Amino acid sequence: MSVSIKIENAIKRYGENTIIPDLSLNIKEGEFFTLLGPSGCGKTTLLRMIAGFNTIEGGSFYFKDKLINDLDPAKRNIGMVFQNYAIFPHLTVRKNVEYGLRARKYTSEKIKNGADEFLKLMQIDEYGNRLPEKLSGGQQQRVALARALVIQPDVLLMDEPLSNLDAKLRVEMRSVIKGIQNKLEITTVYVTHDQEEAMAVSDRIAVMNKGTIQQIGTPRELYQRPVNLFVATFIGKSNIIKAKLEIENNKSYIKFNNGYKLLMENVNEENKKNKNIIVSIRPEEFVIVIVNEDEYENEDGINATVRDSIFLGLNTHFFLTLETGEEIDIIQESTIENVVNKGKKIKLRVNNKKINIFDEKGDFNLLIG
Amino acid sequence: MKKKRSQLEIWNFIGFGILGLYCLFLVFPLFRTLKTSVAGADGGFSLMYFKEFFANPYYFSTLLNSFKISVVTMFWSLLLGIPLAYFYTIYVMKAQKFLQIVIVLCSMSAPFIGAYAWILLLGRSGLITVIIERLSGIVLPSIYGFNGIVLVLTTRLFPLVFLYVSGALKSIDSSLLEASQNLGESSFRRFFNVVLPLCMPSILAAALLVFMRALADFGTPLIIGEGYRTFPVEIYNQYVGETAVNHNFAAAISVIAIIITALVFLFQKFLTTKFKFTINSLHSIQRTKPKKGVSIFINIYAYLLVFISMLPQIYLIYISFKKTSASGSLFEPGFSLDSYRIGLKRMGSAIPNTIFIGGISVIFVILLAILVSYLVVRRTGIVSNVIDNLSMVPYIIPGSVIGIALVLAFNTKPIVLTGTVAIMIICMVIRRIPYTIRSSVAILQQIPISIEEASISLGASKIKTFFGITVPMMSNGIISGAILSWIAIITELSTSIILYTAHTVTLTLSIYIFVSRGTDGPAAAMATILSVFTTISLLLFMRISKSKDIIL
Repeated sequence: MSVSIKIENAIKRYGENTIIPDLSLNIKEGEFFTLLGPSGCGKTTLLRMIAGFNTIEGGSFYFKDKLINDLDPAKRNIGMVFQNYAIFPHLTVRKNVEYGLRARKYTSEKIKNGADEFLKLMQIDEYGNRLPEKLSGGQQQRVALARALVIQPDVLLMDEPLSNLDAKLRVEMRSVIKGIQNKLEITTVYVTHDQEEAMAVSDRIAVMNKGTIQQIGTPRELYQRPVNLFVATFIGKSNIIKAKLEIENNKSYIKFNNGYKLLMENVNEENKKNKNIIVSIRPEEFVIVIVNEDEYENEDGINATVRDSIFLGLNTHFFLTLETGEEIDIIQESTIENVVNKGKKIKLRVNNKKINIFDEKGDFNLLIG
Repeated sequence: MKKKRSQLEIWNFIGFGILGLYCLFLVFPLFRTLKTSVAGADGGFSLMYFKEFFANPYYFSTLLNSFKISVVTMFWSLLLGIPLAYFYTIYVMKAQKFLQIVIVLCSMSAPFIGAYAWILLLGRSGLITVIIERLSGIVLPSIYGFNGIVLVLTTRLFPLVFLYVSGALKSIDSSLLEASQNLGESSFRRFFNVVLPLCMPSILAAALLVFMRALADFGTPLIIGEGYRTFPVEIYNQYVGETAVNHNFAAAISVIAIIITALVFLFQKFLTTKFKFTINSLHSIQRTKPKKGVSIFINIYAYLLVFISMLPQIYLIYISFKKTSASGSLFEPGFSLDSYRIGLKRMGSAIPNTIFIGGISVIFVILLAILVSYLVVRRTGIVSNVIDNLSMVPYIIPGSVIGIALVLAFNTKPIVLTGTVAIMIICMVIRRIPYTIRSSVAILQQIPISIEEASISLGASKIKTFFGITVPMMSNGIISGAILSWIAIITELSTSIILYTAHTVTLTLSIYIFVSRGTDGPAAAMATILSVFTTISLLLFMRISKSKDIIL
């Protein structure tokens, strides 16, 4: 049932404003694919182009091999879940779920069986005869999902479906969504601005900014090898430190401001040149080295002073200031003794396999894949 | 692609159709009015009627009188209506629901009926006048003229202020009031510094509505004004011609009236833009129990106000059951149903006419309102924009002007409609449609478009979505709107009095005819029947309307 989606050179304009300049994308059959980006990045616009609610100013949209650019939204066989659920308030839960089946003029038996199956699957069978206003947010969400899935759509589209729920329900519903998607193996395009939510549910994520795709990859790829500074800072937290790349005997070193040099073994051959770079280090990729005051200058590492720390149980957050004035955050597993006090000068080392380095402008990653 | 285009064409077609209707029944008559007002005796262009109007102090004074009445009525309506709305919203009062129904009822009778009943009560030989004079020898000040008109219009129009302002109060978040209290403001200062400014857009809207209604009202000054002439009366006189029929002069006054109301409308718009806020209301104000002294004061205030406003209707109901002479113009001791017998016999087919004209008009009003609101909200474009603006035009045009315009447009070829039922229906639809469109637009704007998209993505066609999802979701508001339209239509006088013939007399018109002939008994009886009609309709409305907000 499920299909692949191919988008080639899509363009979206509102009057003079170009929202999406040129976007191409392949979504595999049965994949859980997420469009992730800050608000205004064009992710919902793109989703609505797939659904057929936005006009397409250029490019081609395919379901499998079929061009759908001008296909009536009603004929695309799409299940859609809206941000505000868009449940018909004047129809009962069951009538809502049956709506798409009736539109397809199925026999009454088929309609009843289909509705029964999905009411049960989404665990809302006991609310069948109630009006939606009597349901909680989570239950309404389940109705919206059941209604979208019962028509056995080729594609499931979800537009920030969890943004109206409280934090606890959000976590619960995202595992429900993921579970159902796995079970039905339906091609799903999911839109969110919440990177944690995206990581939790997606097979692959497209990170978007200003109408263009920055990077497409699995959650792991995006986190560990972001292609540019935007992705590095949007997915998870990254500390940004300015430094230089220095090549000696065909070996690459990061030279930090205070002279600390770090060997990098995975720099791309073509980027092996002396130049200014941006080092992107995640809070957990630092190692705090505590040194006696008299040995401080001789010890390897970036010089830093502790501004403050917060004990959060499992982890402790440290807020540090470098000699350059750059401020960084570090997360360490909590230890029994709080050995690092406010105002203490320490050395920082980093895990050279995990960190990323970008060119001066942050446009691309200098490391191998 | 083909499918898509044909769907678009349906709404385009509807848009152009509606635009055509507006051109034919609104733009064309107004244009005809303008043309007539500047037509010289020889058929050429002339401003003689305008010159005459401004040169003759008598004509100009009608305009000034209307203006005075409107401003004073507006002032009193705001002064009485705003506190009532405030008390009603923040305090628990006696029989709150009943109070609301009665307040609304006050606004729903035809004003001239009120004027007529006040004459029976406070006129030269009125009941109260006579009693007081006999008991104390004091002669009450005259009810005729300016004071009487303001009394009648205020008691009828303050409920509009009440409805608008209490609607606005409901949307104020209670935490705003709590914040002001927390910052140390007294409840008295709070009312002026927080509550009033936040309600300002609604107060201005209500003020405009009261002003327009007072300015356009025709029946009240005609009956209770005596020598106090206002311009709607003057238009009518010029048209029916106590001395000589003068369509050109009536048209000229109409044009002047439109210019004035348009200016007032624009001024109000300008003021409103200065008071625009969006309030994110999470907790609406909860009514609290007032202290004993406050409770007594607010209950007396509210119930005295509605009692005085309802007094004319109550008195009419009373005298409708009094024994009356065979002619219907004199009362005799004792009670009987004679007034009803005489009234029903003489009025001819007024009741069926009312139901027929009112019913058909309501159907057209609703149909047009749904289509126009859909075009305006969901299909924005040039055509929709033009329709949106045109739809508000009748709102600012006095009823008698619409009457004149329709006569001028449709009493000569190519389209002759004067004297038909059709023109009565047209005038009712035109008068009522701005209100219903506005409320439909408000309803539709609250329905998220994603609901329609959900239906379409589930495979339903656009037309099926419109009738299966959009219209049913609007239905509550539509039915309430229909009932309010119905009430407004059956009590309409100022346009229909210009257009009616013996075959198209409505209940309200027949009451007017009885009143003008001095047959008090049947007039009271018919007014009672009309009151019963409106009360039943209003109760039905309260039953159906979920929102409990009445937008007139």
